[in-house]
Amino acid sequence: MRTLTYGQALHEALSFAMEKDPSVFVMGIGVDDHKAVFGSTKNLVDRFGKERVFDTPIAEAGMTGVAIGAALGGMKPVHIHIRTDFLFLAMDQIFNIAAKWHYMFGGQMSVPIVIRAVIGRSWGQGAQHSQSLQSLFMHIPGIKVVMPTTAYDAKGLLLSAIFDPNPVVMIEHRLLYDVLGEVPEAYYEMPFGKTIVRKTGKDLTIVANSYMVVECLKAAEFLAERGIDVEIVDPVSLVPLDKKPIFDSVKKTGRLLLVDTSWVTCGVSAEIAALVAEEAFYALTQPVKRIGMQSVPCPVSKPLENAFYPSAKTIVEAVCKMMEKEVPDVEVPLLLSKFKGPF
Amino acid sequence: MIDFNTYVQLYKTMLKIRLAEEKIAEIYPSDKIQSPVHLCVGQEAVSAGVCQALRVTDHIYGTYRSHGIFIAKGGNLKKLFAELYAKDTGCSRGKGGSMHLIAPEVGLMGCSAIVASTVPLATGDALASQMQGRKRVVVAFFGDGAVDEGVFFESINFAALKKLPVIFVCENNRYAIHSRVADRHKELDIYRFGENLGVRGGRFNGDDTGEVYSSMVKAVEEVRSGGGPLLLEYMTYRIYEHVGPGKDHKEVYRNKGELESALKNDPLETARRKLVENFSVTASQFREWQKAVQEEIDEAVGFAEESPFPETERLCEDLFEERR
Repeated sequence: MRTLTYGQALHEALSFAMEKDPSVFVMGIGVDDHKAVFGSTKNLVDRFGKERVFDTPIAEAGMTGVAIGAALGGMKPVHIHIRTDFLFLAMDQIFNIAAKWHYMFGGQMSVPIVIRAVIGRSWGQGAQHSQSLQSLFMHIPGIKVVMPTTAYDAKGLLLSAIFDPNPVVMIEHRLLYDVLGEVPEAYYEMPFGKTIVRKTGKDLTIVANSYMVVECLKAAEFLAERGIDVEIVDPVSLVPLDKKPIFDSVKKTGRLLLVDTSWVTCGVSAEIAALVAEEAFYALTQPVKRIGMQSVPCPVSKPLENAFYPSAKTIVEAVCKMMEKEVPDVEVPLLLSKFKGPF
Repeated sequence: MIDFNTYVQLYKTMLKIRLAEEKIAEIYPSDKIQSPVHLCVGQEAVSAGVCQALRVTDHIYGTYRSHGIFIAKGGNLKKLFAELYAKDTGCSRGKGGSMHLIAPEVGLMGCSAIVASTVPLATGDALASQMQGRKRVVVAFFGDGAVDEGVFFESINFAALKKLPVIFVCENNRYAIHSRVADRHKELDIYRFGENLGVRGGRFNGDDTGEVYSSMVKAVEEVRSGGGPLLLEYMTYRIYEHVGPGKDHKEVYRNKGELESALKNDPLETARRKLVENFSVTASQFREWQKAVQEEIDEAVGFAEESPFPETERLCEDLFEERR
């Protein structure tokens, strides 16, 4: 099958959506410039015009409200942010308005907006260009939250998100943008609420999302050579969350490691660990383990940055410890991303 | 010069708002309305005048003080009272209450209890109107407190940039809760706040519904024909306390002179006087109108009283809309 990068897949989804439905439009800082949000909005302004693809003032709160209002007026906006960190400025509109407008008015109104935002990592992104906010969006009822991992997910989830009548926050990862994957040429949607098993295995379940799946697959390869067979389960759709494949996997392996792109405190890993404790506790043969970013803001200095993030190496160490195996005296290969900054 | 029928309509709308608000204040101590109410007595002329100048297909967005605009835009009075009683038959099916009114069938697209939060919504709705090639005008209602918020400026900037068909209507009732504009701003001419961003403005007497209506007719015509957004400031006064059914006239935050002047220039009385002076409306005619409105309100209250509360099963419904 044909392969595309994650960024190209996002671009293809936007093209399909805009061709299919004239009410779809794209807004956000830099969507029509030469960088085109890492290529994901490339040339869309030439194809669909500046009324449907436009740059915005740097006003995340107001512009989120504008997107919501446009949705209430019958449009389907896709509002793009090159870093998730910028969404903190828009939280009132997302939580007090978008998340509430359907419920608060007894189901009469709908807010079909898509908020795309990109997590930064490495090359010195620092404390304010590196945050992963998925658990915040999961916490407040009324927002759907998805984190595409592969190029296939990127296209299918974005198309589902655009034609979903509810607000959807789609959290992308900068290090995934250049990763190739098989993507059908035709239009397709990937339904929300489906957890995906990325690799089957019998010894231990790893629940990982977004870019951490890539690190986990690398770790799994290394572990397989040493006789440890892990299963990798990816809840690409966090709201709604498809819990069954997670419970099924835990019931099979009896061991659970959670690897999130974000902090562990009150994070996705905390939530899923709690769900497993509530609904599959007796399947566990040992305590669960969580790894994520260290509980400090992200530093810039390379040695500190490396120690801040979970990686194939720390995943291997965690798995070995849980399996009561010696950590091999061999360097776990570092995953090399094409990303060399600056952004 | 406003014609007789239009003036009568303005008066009747104001009367309906006034009597509805007084009825709410009367019921409130019974605890049948268990949700904060922000009454707009004293500000009826703005709701009536602005909405009268709009089409039913034009959209408006409101705040937590929106009983007036709900009525003025043509919302169903039974649904309003049922919502205040948090009944299943209410305009938000008992999930919104007084602060979250809606009547999409007549263009009220929702009200929010977060100050200024619907100003960008109106702006975005106007963007949709422009993109769709519709001639829909959108109005954002907000108070003088909302101009402290960032999204107010972000919205007027964007509206000017895109020349959107939106009218920003500031109901300046002198107080953001208990805080005066002068305690929060160095410049007090709110209607001029958009000037440097490219939004023209105007200030009008918000206690004179005829003036509100006439200024809005002109504004709506301009905006509908593509002239770009406007910021209109209507000077008015809140007679009741910020939230609740009482009148806190003795509290120190109120300027006594301002209060006395507002009570003397009651907008409903002003409209009544004009109807007498300009159209020779008789006392018996006023009594007849009052009786009809009172009956409608009593009927709405009866409807609310008799309506059922939502079934418990409704709690978890309406979180997400199903895709059709």
